[in-house]
Amino acid sequence: MNRWLFRRAASAVGTFLLACTLLFFLMRLTPGDPLLRLSEDRPMTPEALANLRAHYGLDQPVMTQFVVFLGGVLRGDLGASIEHGGRPVVSLLRERLPASLLLGATTLLFNFMLGIAIGSWQARHIGRRLERWVDLAGLATASAPSFWVAIVLAWAFGTELHWLPVAFMHDPLLSTDAGRLAHLLDDLDHLVLPAATLAIVTVGVTARYQRAAMLDALRMDAIRTARAKGLPESRVRWRHAWPNTLGPMLALFGLWLPIVVSGSVFVESVYSWPGLGTLAAEALASRDYPVLMGTAVLIAATVVAANFFADLAHRWIDPRLRNS
Amino acid sequence: MSALLEVRDLRVRIPLPAGTVTPVDGVSFSVDCGEMLALVGESGAGKSLTCLALLQLLPAAAYLASGSTALLGGQDILALRGEALRATRGKRIAIVFQDAGASLNPVLTAGDQVRETVLAHLPMTRAEARARAVSLLGEMGLPEPAVQYDRYPHQLSGGMRQRVMLAIALAAEPELLIADEPTSALDVTVQAQILELIDHERRTRGLGVLLVSHDLGVVASRADRVAVLYAGQIVEQAPTRELFGAPAHPYTRGLLAAIPRLRGPFATTRPMPGSVPDPASWPSGCRFAPRCPERFARCDALPAITQPSVNHAVRCWLAEGGS
Amino acid sequence: MGTPVTSGIVRRTPSIRVGLFLLLALGAAALFLPHFLPDPRAQPDLVSGVLLPPGWSHPLGTDHLSRDVLARLVYGGRVSLAIALGAAVLAVTLGAGVGLVAGYAGGRTDAALMRVVDAALAVPRLILLLLVVALLERIPLWGLILAIGATGWLGTSRLVRAETMRLRTLEFVRAARALGASHARILLRHLAPNVAGPLVVATTLAVGDVMLLEAGLSYLGLGVQAPTPSWGSMIFDAKPYLVTAPWVAVAPGTAILLGVFAVNLVGESLNRRFGGRWT
Repeated sequence: MNRWLFRRAASAVGTFLLACTLLFFLMRLTPGDPLLRLSEDRPMTPEALANLRAHYGLDQPVMTQFVVFLGGVLRGDLGASIEHGGRPVVSLLRERLPASLLLGATTLLFNFMLGIAIGSWQARHIGRRLERWVDLAGLATASAPSFWVAIVLAWAFGTELHWLPVAFMHDPLLSTDAGRLAHLLDDLDHLVLPAATLAIVTVGVTARYQRAAMLDALRMDAIRTARAKGLPESRVRWRHAWPNTLGPMLALFGLWLPIVVSGSVFVESVYSWPGLGTLAAEALASRDYPVLMGTAVLIAATVVAANFFADLAHRWIDPRLRNS
Repeated sequence: MSALLEVRDLRVRIPLPAGTVTPVDGVSFSVDCGEMLALVGESGAGKSLTCLALLQLLPAAAYLASGSTALLGGQDILALRGEALRATRGKRIAIVFQDAGASLNPVLTAGDQVRETVLAHLPMTRAEARARAVSLLGEMGLPEPAVQYDRYPHQLSGGMRQRVMLAIALAAEPELLIADEPTSALDVTVQAQILELIDHERRTRGLGVLLVSHDLGVVASRADRVAVLYAGQIVEQAPTRELFGAPAHPYTRGLLAAIPRLRGPFATTRPMPGSVPDPASWPSGCRFAPRCPERFARCDALPAITQPSVNHAVRCWLAEGGS
Repeated sequence: MGTPVTSGIVRRTPSIRVGLFLLLALGAAALFLPHFLPDPRAQPDLVSGVLLPPGWSHPLGTDHLSRDVLARLVYGGRVSLAIALGAAVLAVTLGAGVGLVAGYAGGRTDAALMRVVDAALAVPRLILLLLVVALLERIPLWGLILAIGATGWLGTSRLVRAETMRLRTLEFVRAARALGASHARILLRHLAPNVAGPLVVATTLAVGDVMLLEAGLSYLGLGVQAPTPSWGSMIFDAKPYLVTAPWVAVAPGTAILLGVFAVNLVGESLNRRFGGRWT
């Protein structure tokens, strides 16, 4: 197990570094001078421009820039933000990361709980009319643009019904000594709509996967044996068939993370949720390339790490893989 | 003792796009307490489907034709549904499959899979059931059963897995055991051990056994009676000695002639030409006729069952004494 | 006895019909309606026609610049569809190319290529696109197609690679080699046609993905530029008027949903027809 662990971790690091390399060269290959775009909004003298160029090392040969960049990544230095007055990108990311993690974790929780429940239900009732409608509903929700769903939900539940808040993570008017419970409830209140939006547009795929995994599991010979033993059908489904779906579902987890991240760019900006998504959107608007790159690097690291942990969990769950 | 299991006119149908086929077509046999009936035949004859049909474990598309009955101690198990069916499976009839590797659940320990069978049918606490599972594993010949209890199927050898399957089958003390090629995937010494375990249960507890096999050597040494299945029908049924000594059906004769013998030149081995017909295109009339070296005009009609002697039944026109 | 398990084939032909019908309807609308509608880029009538609710002269109302929503919707649809088709075909072609080579060559080439794919998959497609698009000035339509297409071949390459590896072991490939066929010939004449079916599925589903992506980019102001209408940018424009004139936002969003849904339905049905492995 330890040998596998080491190899897999090394592989993850390698993949991450390769991803950073790809990102770097993608930026370099795209036509367009970042500083020129910058100076559109902030007129500056040619000397100031040249200074800026030197300051960001953009006058160095490409390979030197690459080495500097990679070295920075490994050290945890992702450069300085242009828009935020030279503030280190890393500190900006650190500031915004918790909010995104909270949203992401909540979404994944809803998504998997709902998706597994629905998918298992679908496997039980496959082919029947209601199940077909549920399947179509899942396809429809996955076809909806996340930003639009966000807008509609915000409008319906926030503006029209006033049930839930639609902006930010905290109520700016809640006084600081209102007590921990009040603050907690307030946070949860603000979390509901963004998380619900993301969960809605992603749950359909999870349900599909679970349905397929469950159907595959029910086809196993071992299930025939379980029935032949005279076990109650519920035990056959949940104790015998369902655990065999965990493996495929973990694989889904690795695929899913990039999608949740992408979706959150839109959803966060609609709800002004102070996370990485809004950071990226703001950086986009102000052409703050270091921040954009930094965000991309962080996301790549997260995805690689998530896949690694998913693999690890898979090995732990499946007895056949545990000790090999 | 009266017949433990009496199967009459068992018929399994499968609707296919091209038309419904009947891979098991009017099979009738019986098994007594403490008796081993061997069901033999080539692949594709319908042996496995017969076994699955008895427990109503047929694949989704297949179904039992009406008129099929299987009386276990007088009760028709094919008419059972729901809770009554569940209570019968494992408790009154148990089944052992050929491939224990695929038939055991990879995510549960061997011991748990035995214990849950006990808990499903016998009133015991979990601890008691566990103790019984451990002792069963020991009876089945697993060394250090308490340790093996916590092992997963993939950690056990093929022979050990089959012993676990046997332990599972016997856990709730069934009256009848169906063994569908239980040893085909194992090597010869292990085969003998498994069969001996089954025999032991038979002798000590009066367990009735339906053994499905294509291995005539095993059948000859262990079974009390033999039924030969061909193209969905039983073509001959007799006590073992009589079947091997005086086979009445040309198919049986052909099967026996195809076995290589230690004595005499190899030239006496005579494999049968052709193969079992596909259920979708069964000949009308005697289904063996196309391959039969002794066919004659009458074989164009499906033969009735005759009894050349007591306990010996044959489905062949030749047995009626004319040719 | 348990619930009958219909091995993966769910009897659902109605969905093909619904999907195709929807697509046909949308396609026909995109092709023919423009003849009956005012040019959405025409001069706005700021005095009298702003944010009108749906009515006879404007079936879906007007937006904040007095432009007819239906007209913009239809024109926008054409643009979106063109981008979606272009990018999808590009992505699938690239993916198929890489997948065929990787799957057929095996060994180190395959390992290297898949390493790159894995690394590229670590960055979500949207983020990649944001990075690329942020650097460019005004993006012409073909640039958008190129960018979206070039970032979307990864998934297809994996699928095609798996299928190629499966096909590679089959007899006819060995026969072709024995007869002296070159690798290129085998790839093009023998293997590629066998993945054609699945590629159709992949392309169909990719169209849906691209539509969502393009709408998102337009919503952020990065995709199709004004005054050319795009469903995504229409939603963005409609945001401030959501309370007073909800139809301006609802219409384009519903259009996206219906379009992607229809495409997905057809793709799903094709998927089932070609063996169910391609999503």
